[in-house]
Amino acid sequence: MKKFILAISVSLAVLISAPLFAAGPSVPVDKANNDLSDKESLKRGFQTYLNYCLGCHQLQYQRYNRTFTDLGIAESEGVEKYMYTGEKPGDHITNTMPKKDAARWFGNAPPDLTLMARLKSPDYIYTYLRTFYIDESRPFGVNNTTYKDVAMPHVLQDLQGIQLKVIDKEAVAADHENGILAQAEVSHLTPAMGGSLTVEEYDDVIRDLTNFIEYVGEPNKLERKALGKWVLAFLFILFILAYLLKKEYWKDIH
Amino acid sequence: MLATLIKLSTDLMGWVDKRLPVTDTWNKHVGQYPAPKNFNFWYFFGGLAMLVLVNQIVTGIWLTMNYEPSGEGAFASIEYIMRDVDYGWLLRYMHSTGASAFFVVVYMHMMRGLLYGSYQKPRELLWIFGMLIFLVLMAEAFMGYLLPWGNMSFWGAQVIISLFGAIPIIGDDLTLWIRGDYVISGATLNRFFALHVIAMPLVLVVLVFLHILALHEVGSNNPDGVNIKKPKGSVAPEEISKFKFHKQYSDKYDIVDAIPFHPYYSVKDIMGVVFFLFFFCWVMFFAPEGGGYFIEAPNFEPANGLKTPEHIAPVWYFGPFYTILRVVPDKLLGAVAMFGAIVMLFLLPWFDRGTVKSVRYRSKWHLVNLMQFAVCFIVLGALGTMPATPIANYIGIVASFGYFGFFVALWFYSKNENTKPVPERVTH
Repeated sequence: MKKFILAISVSLAVLISAPLFAAGPSVPVDKANNDLSDKESLKRGFQTYLNYCLGCHQLQYQRYNRTFTDLGIAESEGVEKYMYTGEKPGDHITNTMPKKDAARWFGNAPPDLTLMARLKSPDYIYTYLRTFYIDESRPFGVNNTTYKDVAMPHVLQDLQGIQLKVIDKEAVAADHENGILAQAEVSHLTPAMGGSLTVEEYDDVIRDLTNFIEYVGEPNKLERKALGKWVLAFLFILFILAYLLKKEYWKDIH
Repeated sequence: MLATLIKLSTDLMGWVDKRLPVTDTWNKHVGQYPAPKNFNFWYFFGGLAMLVLVNQIVTGIWLTMNYEPSGEGAFASIEYIMRDVDYGWLLRYMHSTGASAFFVVVYMHMMRGLLYGSYQKPRELLWIFGMLIFLVLMAEAFMGYLLPWGNMSFWGAQVIISLFGAIPIIGDDLTLWIRGDYVISGATLNRFFALHVIAMPLVLVVLVFLHILALHEVGSNNPDGVNIKKPKGSVAPEEISKFKFHKQYSDKYDIVDAIPFHPYYSVKDIMGVVFFLFFFCWVMFFAPEGGGYFIEAPNFEPANGLKTPEHIAPVWYFGPFYTILRVVPDKLLGAVAMFGAIVMLFLLPWFDRGTVKSVRYRSKWHLVNLMQFAVCFIVLGALGTMPATPIANYIGIVASFGYFGFFVALWFYSKNENTKPVPERVTH
């Protein structure tokens, strides 16, 4: 029996490690280190989203007033500072870009971003928005190392400035010498130049924006975890009682 | 005052009992049902499966109140439940976590049956009912998975329904009939919704009822596989269990080593339930996506027939059968192998020709065979969630042979197995 449980455990370990093998060709991402409980960060992210993203990317499942409540913004203040186009506070955060036209303009209609942080990951978004580089062969003159041949222009270029992609010839040559056929070209991006923000400031803007997008993906996330702690604590105490009850009933069974 | 109340309730119960055998049924199946006293850890999972079934039904009812079964509205209505319905997110996660938990406990419950020979004579029909429950549960889960109308819902259903297309002659018409359209569409969603919320649960509840009825007819097995019901008159009076059991059992048999299900196993099961709920709630509150296995990431974008997910993987609980399907190069033969894997389980009571039930008293070979089966099943399950690579395919073939080999080997060695002596009475 012991051996049996051991065998099962070993197999489960294999099963749990499965994601290690399952990870397909994926791009390394940087840690966003965003903090959902930081309301000031969320507010800044919300502002950035409204200024730079909403024109193309809707949050069609999220309402303005829900966002105000969760971010600690009074409704009157929210209407004044965060709502530009005459919607009601109970409306979803949408834009008026016609999907068909958008698909013609960009190749793909810009996706709704309500759930993007759950579809990809906050780290992915954080990395993606920092890895645009100049590529004259693309329709908007930019490409992205995280999402190759992306259809999106670099909307935040005036903040970040431009980056260039440099193929690391020495590393490639070293790989060739060692008989390794490099799967992907080895490259890196030059530090951004000519933006209105420093690299650190830009990273902070993107961290706040990522934070906001993660929040929008699941507005109840903090509430869920907070409630979960109480539920587990309750179950722990209940288990002790249930165990004692069982013991009391079973003490005569031999 | 109290005496009057007690008398009143006794009279009321008497009135009901004359018209419907409520007290008698309670006693027969709960209060005076003789359960072996040596149940171990593995015996929690049947009750837990019932708990999860109730969870699925109750949360399901509340989810349908706000869910919209249409191609246009389904995805948005899920997000409406997640954001605008009070505690809708909790109901949804209870339901989605419950789906995976259902298979966890059912697989454990089935493993228990394998370990202690609970499928052997006279429990063949009980096992068959259990297998039918498993089959309906898979259909129920498959149809439920389409309802969020995410992209993995769509493509997962696409893959599974296309399997029926492998059937010669009628295949194409059959898939058309299942989908109700030339592609998976709102029409498919509608009928899956109807089947998921009405037809399948109804069948499931009836089957669970029959499963328990059949169990109580033949009596519960136990980790020793020793019968606790001895022929009348064969046991010394002082050895017979002192508890009062329902006369349907005690008139026919001398019952030993048994305790009434209630209160002994009801209080023990409460303990098991709380233990289980601790892990259940842990997943539900802190990792409801289950690491991308309980809710797969591509399901966070709406169904899109023009955009195939990078890697279409069935939900983890279909993994073992999906791998068996995938390692066979021919589509029709693959589907046959997959259904064959389930048919083998149905026929298990006849593959096992042995008379000793519990693995405790069977040969070393049987233990090894069971172990390799469990390992192969888990490996097949893991492979089912991974992309098909040549190495994965190779391991999958080996594990598939292990899966089917379990039954074949069992048939051969169980006839003249070198078993250990089985004790007269259960060990406790």
